[in-house]
Amino acid sequence: MEAKAATDDGAVGPDRTVIEMKGIHKSFGGVPVLRDVDFEVKAGEVHALAGGNGAGKSTLMKILQGVYSKDSGEIFVDGKATTIDSFQSAKAAGIGMVFQEFSLVPTLTVAQNISLTVEPRTKLGLINDRAARDRAREILGGMGVDINPNAEVRSLSTAYWQLTEIAKALVQDARVLIMDEPSASLAKHEVETLFELIERLKARGIAIIYISHRMDEVYRIADRITILRDGRRLLTKPLDEVTPEQIVEGIVGKQVEGELVYQAREHTSDEVLLEAHDLTVGTHLQGASFTLRKGEIIGLAGLMGSGRTELAQALFGVDRIESGKLLLNGAPLTLASPKDAIDAGIVLVPEDRRAQGLVLEHSVRENLLLPILDDVKLRGFVDPRLGQKKTQALIEQFGVKVQDPGKPVNRLSGGNQQKVVIAKWLGTSPQVLILDEPTAGVDIGTKTEIVGMIRELADAGVGVIVISSEYPELLAVSDRILIMRRGAIVKNLAREDIPDEEALQLMVLGG
Amino acid sequence: MVSSTAETAVQPSFAQRLGQIDWRRYIIYIAFVLIFVFFAFLLGRQGFLSGNNLVNIFRQAATITVMAVAMTFVIACAEIDLSVGSVAGLSSVIAAMTIATYGLVPGILAGLAVGVVIGGINGALVSTLGIPSFLVTLGMLGIAFGLAQWITASAPQPILDETYIQIFGGGNFGPIPGLLIWMALAIVAGVLFLNRTKFGRQVLATGGNRQAAEYAGVKTKRIKFTVLLLSGMAAALAGMLYAGRLHSGRFQWGQGDEMSAIAAVILGGTSLFGGAGSVVGTLFGALLMSLINNGLILAGLDSSQQQVVRGIIIILAVALARKK
Repeated sequence: MEAKAATDDGAVGPDRTVIEMKGIHKSFGGVPVLRDVDFEVKAGEVHALAGGNGAGKSTLMKILQGVYSKDSGEIFVDGKATTIDSFQSAKAAGIGMVFQEFSLVPTLTVAQNISLTVEPRTKLGLINDRAARDRAREILGGMGVDINPNAEVRSLSTAYWQLTEIAKALVQDARVLIMDEPSASLAKHEVETLFELIERLKARGIAIIYISHRMDEVYRIADRITILRDGRRLLTKPLDEVTPEQIVEGIVGKQVEGELVYQAREHTSDEVLLEAHDLTVGTHLQGASFTLRKGEIIGLAGLMGSGRTELAQALFGVDRIESGKLLLNGAPLTLASPKDAIDAGIVLVPEDRRAQGLVLEHSVRENLLLPILDDVKLRGFVDPRLGQKKTQALIEQFGVKVQDPGKPVNRLSGGNQQKVVIAKWLGTSPQVLILDEPTAGVDIGTKTEIVGMIRELADAGVGVIVISSEYPELLAVSDRILIMRRGAIVKNLAREDIPDEEALQLMVLGG
Repeated sequence: MVSSTAETAVQPSFAQRLGQIDWRRYIIYIAFVLIFVFFAFLLGRQGFLSGNNLVNIFRQAATITVMAVAMTFVIACAEIDLSVGSVAGLSSVIAAMTIATYGLVPGILAGLAVGVVIGGINGALVSTLGIPSFLVTLGMLGIAFGLAQWITASAPQPILDETYIQIFGGGNFGPIPGLLIWMALAIVAGVLFLNRTKFGRQVLATGGNRQAAEYAGVKTKRIKFTVLLLSGMAAALAGMLYAGRLHSGRFQWGQGDEMSAIAAVILGGTSLFGGAGSVVGTLFGALLMSLINNGLILAGLDSSQQQVVRGIIIILAVALARKK
């Protein structure tokens, strides 16, 4: 292993700074996203990068990969000022990315993927598959990973996809690996394999930038941590000098989110609306049980992969419930499709509004009317004037900022798009409203408005389930918070039992 | 307040509005008018503008239009139907043979049944098994064509029933050729269904974003099944119109029409990727192709040259209509 490191990296010794980013500034459309950020990573170091949503982590990394160009600041590679303005120049500088959404071609073999774009050639200029296989075997062997280079990638589990990704980066002589939530889609024993591999890569002098929300992993694997908040660097410290509480506080910060505070609400009713007993779907949802009362807002907290989205999709009829019972107003409910759920009065504002919530090329009006076409019919035909009236009513009721509802919905800002998704359900007068990450990618002003909408609906008797990774809003809006872990609901907490955001974060992490 | 700018926005002037019109959306109508005027000047003396010739342009577009209206729904739903041409051929021979043996009404029903059965099979395979419609209907193209040739032993099937010929495109109603009435019916039904019914909106939503449509409560499988069923039925009707106009059923009727129908739909501004469709655009797409054919014949080009010119015009029109 040591001999290998020497041939790979030549002069680079341990403790040498491989990448240094200095005074990085970046704005999108006049909004500063990164302000004077410094970041560095040394050979043989695992450097954790942490921060809340919108803190600037991914923007910083995308600048390092040449996806975005910085507005000002400098990047040094091995101490030399280097321009990184494209994927190619990042690659040339030895920067490799292990993509969160994998960048492999599923139908090609492991060896073919590893050598993609840098295929070894025969004398005739044809691709030398045998050499590619040998190279893959050598790299995978060096990583201490047992994967058949001839296997098609699609036949492997996600853990192996990730290992193949890493091998692919190494073949291209990457000396810096960026890993973005690498454990998110892995099972426990697979995470162990990943950590062993990271140790081996460290020993070879490879620098690793590790982005993760999981505190235990960060402590286990990282040497130093840098925390970003609101586009600024808050601190860079060795991990043995910071406590988990400090990190959580650093990520969360003193929220200036004025109206995002909990308002105690009158409980309108003790009447049980929705009851779930031991819902099971595949491996992601394993025996989840809860009750939702009329006019109540439940917050669902949990890590990625804890089964929150799967629960929402099961309640909305997207995924068939394999076992368990679902009762609405005391009557058993079977859902074969979203239409069944909608007919029963259960609606979902899905996690991915662009892929699941909206027909982007269609107008605001068409999107708003899609679930309620029956209500705007006159003598059997959809009536444009009725549709126009209904659209206008929904737009005004929810304060969607739109100049012309006949224009495509993809011209609206993210926040306004989300309001359209929510508003389109209100025409259906639902009994249960489920919102999956309703404020992702939404500015703070709209966030407050969405929280206001949710409260209003609950006051009108709708039962609401809110899934969110953003704890301030979860705490602001929920009457009760359920914590999910491994497909089940493990805690059922009244709002007043959670003193603050840090407490919630620690509970979610399993404290 | 910052938002005051939005509130005080003034009404745009006429010139500004004119500038805002997205010309690409209307390229088919512009092209139609330009080419029409061009032929009118060039070929006026060869009788291009005579009433007879103008009716001919419509008549030649009629059967394609009937298929293309249904194809508009299929393509707007992000699917395709390659089997329409041979379904038309099969329905023409089935209708002709049934009329010869059992009479008029069973003949009409049998012809339509061809469309229901084949369209239904196409739809079921696509929606329940999830096989791409391109493959299902490509296979069906061969099956229907082969069947039509097989059961007739390649022989034409004459139709002697005057009533059938009168109804299905061979006769006139007053001064109006029957074909034009069928064409008008197809257009009116298509416009109403696509723009003014729940079904039409759901077709567009399914084609625009199937997952979002499903999440909005649209039964997208049923929608996909229905558009392919309708396409089969329209193709069968087109085949029966061929049979009426040409007084016989033949397996060759409709051969290659799938390409003309698809071209008419795309020329008319329906997105090949689904989500947007215009039935009136489709009508003009079909008319444009018929117009070009007609003009080129009058100009004395032979059929090989016509095909080259027609191909160039189609590519040009689609290229100009392309989004930036």
